[in-house]
Amino acid sequence: MKDHYQLLVIGAGPAGLAAAADAARLGLDVALVDEQNTPGGQIYRNVGSAREGGRTYLGKDYLRGKPLVEEFLQSGATYINNASVWYLDERLETGLLIDGTSHFVTTERLILATGAQERPMPLPGWQLPGVMTAGAGQILLKSAAMIPSGRVVLAGSGPLLLLIAWQYLQVGIKIDAIIDTTPRPGFSKVLPCLARALPAFDYLLKGLSFILTIKKAGIPVYKAVTDLRAEGHESLESVSFTSGLGDGNKRTEINIEAETLLLHQGVIPNLRLPLAAGCELEWDPLQQSWKTVKDIWGQSSVDQVLVAGDCASIVGARAGELQGRLCTLEAAHQLNKIDLQQRDRAATRIKRSLQRHLSIRPFLDTLYPPAKAYQVPDDATLVCRCEEVNAGQIREAARMGCVGPNQVKAFTRCGMGPCQGCLCGSTVSALIADETGASMEQVGYFRVRPPFKPITLGELANT
Amino acid sequence: MDYDFIVAGGGLVGSSIAYGLARQKYKVAVLDGGDRSFRASRGNFGLVWVQGKGWDYAPYAQWTGQAADLWPQFVAELVNETGVEIDYQRSGGMHFCLNEAEWSEREHEMEMVRQHTGGAFEYEMLDHDRLQQQIPQISNTVLGASYSPQDGHVNPLYLLQALQQGMDVHQVHYYPNQSIDRIEAKQGGYYTHSTEGTLSAGKIVLCAGLDNRRLGEMLGMEIPVVVDRGQIMITERLQPFLNLPTLHVRQTAEGTVQIGYSHEDTGLNDGTSPSVLKKIARRAVLMFPFLARVQLVRAWGALRIMTPDHNPIYQQSADCPGAFTVTCHSGVTLAAMHAGPVAEWIGGSIRLDLINQFSTDRFNVSPG
Amino acid sequence: MFRLVDDTSVEMLKLSIEGGEYEVPVGISVAAAVLLCGFNKVRNTPVTGSPRLPYCMMGICFDCLVTIDGIPNQQACQLEVHENMAIEIQQGAAELLPER
Repeated sequence: MKDHYQLLVIGAGPAGLAAAADAARLGLDVALVDEQNTPGGQIYRNVGSAREGGRTYLGKDYLRGKPLVEEFLQSGATYINNASVWYLDERLETGLLIDGTSHFVTTERLILATGAQERPMPLPGWQLPGVMTAGAGQILLKSAAMIPSGRVVLAGSGPLLLLIAWQYLQVGIKIDAIIDTTPRPGFSKVLPCLARALPAFDYLLKGLSFILTIKKAGIPVYKAVTDLRAEGHESLESVSFTSGLGDGNKRTEINIEAETLLLHQGVIPNLRLPLAAGCELEWDPLQQSWKTVKDIWGQSSVDQVLVAGDCASIVGARAGELQGRLCTLEAAHQLNKIDLQQRDRAATRIKRSLQRHLSIRPFLDTLYPPAKAYQVPDDATLVCRCEEVNAGQIREAARMGCVGPNQVKAFTRCGMGPCQGCLCGSTVSALIADETGASMEQVGYFRVRPPFKPITLGELANT
Repeated sequence: MDYDFIVAGGGLVGSSIAYGLARQKYKVAVLDGGDRSFRASRGNFGLVWVQGKGWDYAPYAQWTGQAADLWPQFVAELVNETGVEIDYQRSGGMHFCLNEAEWSEREHEMEMVRQHTGGAFEYEMLDHDRLQQQIPQISNTVLGASYSPQDGHVNPLYLLQALQQGMDVHQVHYYPNQSIDRIEAKQGGYYTHSTEGTLSAGKIVLCAGLDNRRLGEMLGMEIPVVVDRGQIMITERLQPFLNLPTLHVRQTAEGTVQIGYSHEDTGLNDGTSPSVLKKIARRAVLMFPFLARVQLVRAWGALRIMTPDHNPIYQQSADCPGAFTVTCHSGVTLAAMHAGPVAEWIGGSIRLDLINQFSTDRFNVSPG
Repeated sequence: MFRLVDDTSVEMLKLSIEGGEYEVPVGISVAAAVLLCGFNKVRNTPVTGSPRLPYCMMGICFDCLVTIDGIPNQQACQLEVHENMAIEIQQGAAELLPER
């Protein structure tokens, strides 16, 4: 490892892998930094170890990561694995922690491809042992071939919930219930988006096949669910909710015993490093999340920083990969490796393909909006899992005159714990906006501060 | 007039003053900044600190000592009125000396403060053995410490919250998200033009930190503030190991360990820098070797409001009577003073002889 | 609560959790190991003492903090198991660490 690279790419998911592989091919001095042991990110996690014909239960889309990983490994790009980025600032000083030793790396261009995290889904009892994210369930399946052994319930909204149900069915485990909290957007909203999504018909077919598989398996599916609660004393014992589509549309109170509850309501960009680099954000009302301001090439508001894939705004794995390639073309052009014509020529096909993969997004975002009840939860619901601050305390701080999350944090400790607001940030801003009537832009977001990954004082002292 | 007083700034200084004025039954408005304003009050170490302060300026030593003595009573009243617990402890405080040079410099400063206060300031220099009796975790490389029983600490964020709650109790009108474009002196009062629109008051107090320089000019006051960035770190929660604060390391009531400190002239940049963080971490680990294996949770920078001689400024404008400023970097320690005597001095009910030592006149000495 | 997919045949290693001996697959995370061995908590929080298990499994939530080989507050989902690793449930705030 050197202490300077022409181009530094952070994150070895689809966007970062494609960006780094292309950069190496173009002759750029490039390094890809990633915290995992093997390339793939969360979506293609551990894909390198998938044998031909093995682990088919993860689906074809997962195995698509394999050639991408191989393309990267053969590209000649420097691969810095097991490296967590604990420091980054507006001067782009990048602090990596590798096996307990901190190194600083400088670069001429930085491509951030740090992916997504699941949208927090605060509901009563979500802190109980036994409640996890659907993504956590998938990571256990991909990286450890582990599946729930007791009664398992999936709850929430969005394609990933269907995907993990499908994957669990392939492995042959019984799912005790799927609880759908999606508010029904109405056909008038969905249909126009559906028409625009037709170029991405493969996504539609895939979704349809998931739904059919789940139907065929006879899993109880509860729709238009409200008042979802996880209940139990020392750990999860049952899941309670009100279902809107019982016989004759009667609302019925239902309680299902469960040992594992997997929650999901979409994914949101992982914004810590874009924020640390000083990139501007904007609020996306359709995705109900912040996104990093960028142009088609991935150029952010900060001169030397480009952003690709889900850490800019949620686009999915295939589009992320293509955005990574565009970032590299732009970076190569900025670094005088290729001229404007070469850049544009190489981008033509990528852009066309990207457009197709992006065309599904408005449809998905419209079809699966997060329910309001889990964005601005009831007063008694825990919002900050680290410092154990509930929604009522945040509303109270807002009523006292706190106009943004950073003031709320100072008064309530919300966001001060080890996760540094990753799991409460979006909820806190939404609660303040809801309470004060301000827009999300006016309310803003938590200020991010290092370290972005754990580091000890000793490791820092010896950096 | 809409109000008796407008206080520009809602940090620790402005909130203390506004709370103190409102307790005298004045009708008060506070114009505060937004969520992302530069706020020294949110970047603060939480010391109620006496030792060493004012060693080179006797009035400041006396002033600080008086403030610290007012604290127990101030806290009792504040908590009583607001119900907000602020983790205040007058536990005594220490400053570690790593070598002979640090020790003798420290001893000199402590002795100067004692002399300036006519012996009211009490201190001891503890050698390593005595230090280790008090703090068993201290490293053998630490030569000793200065100790004063008059020091203490508080959760500065809860202090700010309590003061804001206190303002609410006393019906202060709090306007967040304000940026003041203009202040006019007319018709025997002051008119502020801010995001909220125009507000008027008989008198005005500038407690806007670094913005006091700009606002002061509108009221005929030259307020020479400069930026002094400090960086601070905080660790994961630990079981209690340090029962009193030190100038560099403090364990909070929650168990986290706050580590400082640094001085940088960086302009309006409240970020962090790896080299300074490293230096701060090194010193902390040198003092407490076990901290090497403790996880860092957050590091941040904040901007102190510094005057050329580091002492506070209390000033009534000569051109604009009824326009005051309070400018200092010790918003925590001096909070008790600001909410009490200083607010009464501004309100006009008491005289404070010592306060004249803190006017801006001291910066206008003609070159000899 | 969790088990291995039936056709999984993998190399195993030995470690201890709360003093008990367990065999887990090589290469999995500490968080996965704790779940696989059927524990119903990895820690009690320092704030209220409430029990927690891993939540996100991707290094975001910090709910999986455990004591590993005597070092408290380690992120279990980000660390791989090794032979003879000693895992203990994290009880509240970190215990004072002995000098190395």
